Amino acid sequence: MNTEKNIKTLIVNKPLKLDCGKTIKDFPIAYETYGSLNSKKDNAILVFHALTGDQFVAGINPVTNKEGWWSYAVGPDKAIDTNKYFVICSNVIGGCMGSYGPSHKDPEQKIFGTNFPVITINDMVNAQYNLLDHFGIDKLFSITGGSMGGMQVLQFISNFPDKSKTVIPIATTSSHSAQNIAFNELGRQAITADSNWKDGNYTSNDTNPGKGLAVARMAAHITYLSKKGLQEKFGRKLQEREDLKFGFDADFQIESYLRYQGSVFVDRFDANSYLYITRAMDYFDLAKQFNGNLSEAFKNTNAKFFIISFTSDWLYPTQENKDIVIALNSIGADVGFVEIESDKGHDSFLLDVPDFLSALKNFLDKSYEEN
Amino acid sequence: MKNEFQVIADLIEKDKKVLDVGCADGTLMKFLKDNKNTNIRGLEISKERVHECIAKGLTVIEGNAEKDLKQFPDKSFDYVILSQTLQAFLNPELVLYELLRVGKKAIVTIPNFGYWKVRFHLLFKGTMPITKTLPDEWYNTPNLHMCTIKDFFHFVKSKDIKIFKSLALNNLNSSIINQSNLGVKNLFADLGIFLIEK
Repeated sequence: MNTEKNIKTLIVNKPLKLDCGKTIKDFPIAYETYGSLNSKKDNAILVFHALTGDQFVAGINPVTNKEGWWSYAVGPDKAIDTNKYFVICSNVIGGCMGSYGPSHKDPEQKIFGTNFPVITINDMVNAQYNLLDHFGIDKLFSITGGSMGGMQVLQFISNFPDKSKTVIPIATTSSHSAQNIAFNELGRQAITADSNWKDGNYTSNDTNPGKGLAVARMAAHITYLSKKGLQEKFGRKLQEREDLKFGFDADFQIESYLRYQGSVFVDRFDANSYLYITRAMDYFDLAKQFNGNLSEAFKNTNAKFFIISFTSDWLYPTQENKDIVIALNSIGADVGFVEIESDKGHDSFLLDVPDFLSALKNFLDKSYEEN
Repeated sequence: MKNEFQVIADLIEKDKKVLDVGCADGTLMKFLKDNKNTNIRGLEISKERVHECIAKGLTVIEGNAEKDLKQFPDKSFDYVILSQTLQAFLNPELVLYELLRVGKKAIVTIPNFGYWKVRFHLLFKGTMPITKTLPDEWYNTPNLHMCTIKDFFHFVKSKDIKIFKSLALNNLNSSIINQSNLGVKNLFADLGIFLIEK
């Protein structure tokens, strides 16, 4: 699933020491770009994707033939206007859309599986930093991303404090909560409990833990939506039937919807990548990297921050986003914050939420004018 | 722009760091940023107003002054502005102390309940006063703790808060308030503007 010819790849020769202690080198980072880099090279925006995203932010994803995951926000004349900005996004390491991950082969030409080193959010951004050198960009205009993308935004500006003018973490957290870890563990257990998982060696065994991965996706999908949103969209509506069937078929539309979400996910995502990336999220605790003081993570940056949360997001709720605002204010950083009214849950940042998209656009465009 | 904002802007030197608490649509912030090169931040409770500020390119935090001022370190701003909002807080005394903690100086403006039109309204009509600065009905006003210029003047003195400048505003005219003309200003000004420090 990772050698499609539509995938652009940067081979990173520089060795990268991972948090787990291992060092990787000569590894691929798959990326995509939109718009064009201007002559001053001051219009680049690095977008970080979430758990199941990839480098195909906008337009049509050439691998899945579906719209890019952030098509509402990125494109010509959109909030992140590709007529104006040069957008770069890369697949995280550990992922399955071309970047170095568990479906790749080790130096002995054996598929890694769970022998791939455990990676962290810190490792992901350190790997992606190589893209700046590749494009000859000294300083990005902005970095942004939602959910796990937001975690990478926070880690990136902490690691490279003078490498972006503006910083936009969206619907995210500086530290994965017990509830977040619990949901991820549920997903991992679903995968590893599938007998086709074969201790991670399913490819060489010619099997696929699709059922486990689908259940993981179904459970996670519920956490991306709000109760109100689900109720309004599905309620107790029945799926193509007049009455209950007194069996275990998908009687309700919500069941059928979740099953569908699970099944299409299996076609585009690697089960081991799911394990690795959720683990990276669980390990994320930026404050812990600075002896419990989150403000310390940002003390060397003069970047302008804009933090956005959503009212109905219970996975990364407003308060966790506000904790980042508080940490920034306590060191006098330049930080704006808005909570967007939306009943679409955590997924709001991916959807057509006009207040969100206009706030994002206004912040970017006004900040760019001041450049 | 409101004359009040002009008077506030005149109190602030160039190149200062300023927090506008209850910054509304950001009119004053924008003016200070453009004309005084102010490093300006806003705190605003209304989402709609926050969006208006963002559209103007202003740095604003959606939040509630009664809860969210505590995240700012001591004396982290040269000035903290509170325009016609003190009377709407559940605990104006605490908010005032917070303003004076966060700002080296604070600029507080209050709609004057001692203004003659307010007094006349209550005296002759016998109903709750409605004026230009107090436009709401008793049942929908956000104002919980109305005070007069004299009340505020006495209050800050009693709390050992230093008054650098106090101004009475009536339409387009602003004039200095002092101990000797306090009674007159309290009658003829519809707005009091105080530059204070603790």
